[in-house]
Amino acid sequence: MSGWQWPVISTVWLPPMARFVLEPRDRVSAFAPIQVALLALVLTFVGGGLLFAVYGVSPVRGIYAVFIDPLTTTYGIGEVLLKMAPLLLIAQGLAIGFRAQVWNIGAEGQLILGAIAASVLAIRFDGTTSALLLPAMILAGMVAGMAWAAIAAFLKTQFNANEILVTFMLTSVALQLLYYLVTGPLKDPMGFNFPQSISFGSSATFPLLIPGTRANASLFMGLFATAAAYIFVRYSFAGYRLSVGGLSAGAATYAGFSSKRAIWLALLVSGGAAGLAGVGEVSGPLGMLQRNISPGYGYAGIIVAVLGGLNPIGILFASAVMALVYVGGDFALLSVGVPNAVTGILQGMLLIFYLACSLLLSARIRRIREEPA
Amino acid sequence: MPEALLKLTGVTKRYGQTVANDHVDFEVEKGRIHAVLGENGAGKSTLMKIIYGVVKPDAGEVIWNGQPVDIASPSMARKLGIGMVFQHFSLFETLTVTENISLAVPGTKSELTERIRAASAKFNLEVEPDARVHALTVGERQRIEILRCILQEPRLIILDEPTSVLPPQGISKLFETLKVLASEGIGVIFISHKLEEIRALCDTATVMRAGRVVGVVDPRQETAKSLTQMMIAQDVPPPKARQGSARTAPVLTVSGLNHTPLNPYAPKLNDLHVTLNSGEILGIAGISGNGQDALTRALAGEIRTPPETVMLDQTPIGMHGPDRRRKLGVHFIPEERLGRGAVPGQSLAENAGLTTYHQGLLRSGFIRRAARKERARETISGMDVRCSGTEAPAQSLSGGNLQKFIVGRELSLKPRVLIASQPTWGVDVGAAAAIRQKLLDLRDAGIAVLVVSEELDELLEICDRIQVIFRGRLSPPVSVSQTDVDHVGLAMAGDFDGLVAADG
Repeated sequence: MSGWQWPVISTVWLPPMARFVLEPRDRVSAFAPIQVALLALVLTFVGGGLLFAVYGVSPVRGIYAVFIDPLTTTYGIGEVLLKMAPLLLIAQGLAIGFRAQVWNIGAEGQLILGAIAASVLAIRFDGTTSALLLPAMILAGMVAGMAWAAIAAFLKTQFNANEILVTFMLTSVALQLLYYLVTGPLKDPMGFNFPQSISFGSSATFPLLIPGTRANASLFMGLFATAAAYIFVRYSFAGYRLSVGGLSAGAATYAGFSSKRAIWLALLVSGGAAGLAGVGEVSGPLGMLQRNISPGYGYAGIIVAVLGGLNPIGILFASAVMALVYVGGDFALLSVGVPNAVTGILQGMLLIFYLACSLLLSARIRRIREEPA
Repeated sequence: MPEALLKLTGVTKRYGQTVANDHVDFEVEKGRIHAVLGENGAGKSTLMKIIYGVVKPDAGEVIWNGQPVDIASPSMARKLGIGMVFQHFSLFETLTVTENISLAVPGTKSELTERIRAASAKFNLEVEPDARVHALTVGERQRIEILRCILQEPRLIILDEPTSVLPPQGISKLFETLKVLASEGIGVIFISHKLEEIRALCDTATVMRAGRVVGVVDPRQETAKSLTQMMIAQDVPPPKARQGSARTAPVLTVSGLNHTPLNPYAPKLNDLHVTLNSGEILGIAGISGNGQDALTRALAGEIRTPPETVMLDQTPIGMHGPDRRRKLGVHFIPEERLGRGAVPGQSLAENAGLTTYHQGLLRSGFIRRAARKERARETISGMDVRCSGTEAPAQSLSGGNLQKFIVGRELSLKPRVLIASQPTWGVDVGAAAAIRQKLLDLRDAGIAVLVVSEELDELLEICDRIQVIFRGRLSPPVSVSQTDVDHVGLAMAGDFDGLVAADG
């Protein structure tokens, strides 16, 4: 009977004969994470509705504008798929690390490095018709993202430097590097001094998926990452070792699983995936290297990973929802006239509600009937 | 007729499907030492947590001094005059005795020092108020905890398995203290599963089984056997005698093992020597915290040493990690089941693979899930593990059942050397007997077994030889036929010369 005991967190007294207690569940049902995610979504509708009411917009109209309007047109669906691609890639990579308790929160910086590396190739080989250029850019982007994350892995394994801080600060460094490059070495010489590179040729960009939209083939990288993550987590020995390390460091040491190897693997995988997302941006909707590559995909990817329950399939759906919020926020800006910040607020609500509700994954609320004295 | 200090009626507490306390009635009187006896999981701890305000009962009534009370928190319990000494101490190692006590008891330091000296003398609790805690023995630390409790002037003191951390000589000292406390009119609740202690000390015993009170008896009128039967409602088979003659040869040799742990207050291992033979059980006795943790880690490979420090047959293995040593046949059953021997949130099937993947559970980097499940199923049936199946999470099993699963998993790999740390700690009587029998069977099969335990009776029962660990030093081995509880007890307190009984 020793060990961790469930604390009495709250006992809410209700009129005389009943009260509620929070207690641990005997077992967690496979559907519980889905239920919790849906509950968080419903609460976000309620919270978002209140937010719209503050702006003097009918809550129903506002929620409709964000969550339904984008799905009524081909263009809207294309935009959702477009934004889903980087979110999916980043979140699948991050989730692998998160399961091992390795907290890479610098996917934004790794994305930027991936974009830079791919752009260097696109600019250097501008004008080529070789079918090898895009694959080479993909490879370069992935390696660059890995290399940026490897700095954190090295510092963590050698000096026990906190990877949260290192990856976060490296994002600032990556941004400064990008600003320097687009105003210097990689600037378009004919670009009237705008801080951007030349426009990439067609052999350096992804083909479009749906005519009339901007959705491109980089989505396949995300789908491929999803399949790979599913197999890795569920069937591979390396994935098993990572999850043991994340769930119980003591058991991993006892079994003889190396924690250093886990840190390297987690950071290289997540860095590589973020680097790929960077390639998807410069070789997709942007078609060039510029100052603003990502509207915070690297950070939103963290939300997607958590919202998806760190489960590859869950992340697939979570990335679609987050992409919808991005696109829906833009739509609402035009259709109901609320500020762009609504996007960020809705994303934040999703995460906070999910984290709050995730208590219900391991605990349940039970009503106790008082026995008559 | 002594007055009832505390009275519980119909107390019920549920955790999900399990009923930890089922309509428990319990009564403690002033100036009496009242034992609560029961196996692990019988509901003793839950009952104490209810009394101390840590847990709120779902139903039932608590009456303190004739008044119904709702003890909402430990601080409220302390205000009422209920004190508790936990099994695991909560002391700051870098502070002095007085400083530690001043965190809980008001008053200036000089006042407090005086009170500590006075109480030490009165209750036979020798402690130097200005000593820093890290330099003190476990027995002394426990005395600080008891003093801290006494200085808050409680009317009822609860002691949770207080003797489990003490050497035999320390136990009799503790008993004197408790008798003085009782003579002062303080009620004492003494939790234990050691029957002889209870028979020697307590006036009344409440026996619990599966969440219910199965009897309130005078332990002096009972035998150890009758108490055991009340506690577990079954007979425990005696261990079988050695099968065949012992043929032994050295298998694992440790020579000159030194280790300085990262934690500055954990003992340094200083020049340890162990020779473990095939077909024998070697016991390492000692109060926990004397270096057992580092020793077992060094044997299992979690701590690397210079290669020749640990030799398997003629092969140096000091530089190998746990997985490599396991492949060579060196297996380890750790003391902590959840979070070390098993991953709490993972299923038994997944946990079956934790240490056994290298034996046929992998195909080119992928896990053979069906084979893993089959291995879990074999372990469950082979060890008679009570669980809902291979998909049950490890944390859903009772401590004893999980330990049986872990033991079964390690044995399924046909070890040459088995190191077991506290193999029956916190395990119910039936499962403990089954685990001990498994270890004896291994010995008979010619396996080299090393058991680290605080339970001296257990070591004397199953071991061929015993070594004692004290502050990071290890005594020479002694054959169990040449020693006894008292002599091992002396060595556990640091007197290695006293280990061998003079008359052999």
